[in-house]
Amino acid sequence: MTKSELIEILSQKQMQLAYKDVELAVKTMLEHMGNTLANGERIEIRGFGSFSLHYRPPRVGRNPKTGDSVKLDAKYVPHFKPGKEMRERVNNSMKKVEISD
Amino acid sequence: MALTKAELAERLFEELGLNKREAKEIVEMFFKEIRGALENGQQVKLSGFGNFDLRDKKERPGRNPKTGQEIPITARRVVTFRPGQKLKAKVEAYAGTHQQ
Repeated sequence: MTKSELIEILSQKQMQLAYKDVELAVKTMLEHMGNTLANGERIEIRGFGSFSLHYRPPRVGRNPKTGDSVKLDAKYVPHFKPGKEMRERVNNSMKKVEISD
Repeated sequence: MALTKAELAERLFEELGLNKREAKEIVEMFFKEIRGALENGQQVKLSGFGNFDLRDKKERPGRNPKTGQEIPITARRVVTFRPGQKLKAKVEAYAGTHQQ
């Protein structure tokens, strides 16, 4: 499922809102979630999961083309931890459906 | 303070002028639909944000950390999140203390 498919489904189910409003709502939510993480704050969605940042210490990497070593700064990467309900529901689906795009 | 569904709904109310009930509903549905797709074995791709992928894991040997007793970790399906380029770039710049 892609973002536009998600918007499509939501606008079919939410009758009061026009497609454009749903589209804007989805974009606003994702934008705000991204900004929250960029500010170093967590996101906690009950029944779904939580997003936080994980620290990656500085390291020496290599340029795969030239073989030269390059210093890489410490950084943060987004991390998602599925909530209990998400874990259980997804796991239960293993016996019923195959994974698809 | 962590971002919650209530705060996301508040945003939609303030920024887009949705009424509070609509805002709450759409936030609720947004996460429910994503979870629903994953429950149906469907991967979810939100461009600019990231992908929620599914992986089937085989049974593997495990151990009860308390007793040291060997017990197999059963086969299972798990969700993994792969952040997109845009989100990664946004977050990389965060210069906070690493006491997350």
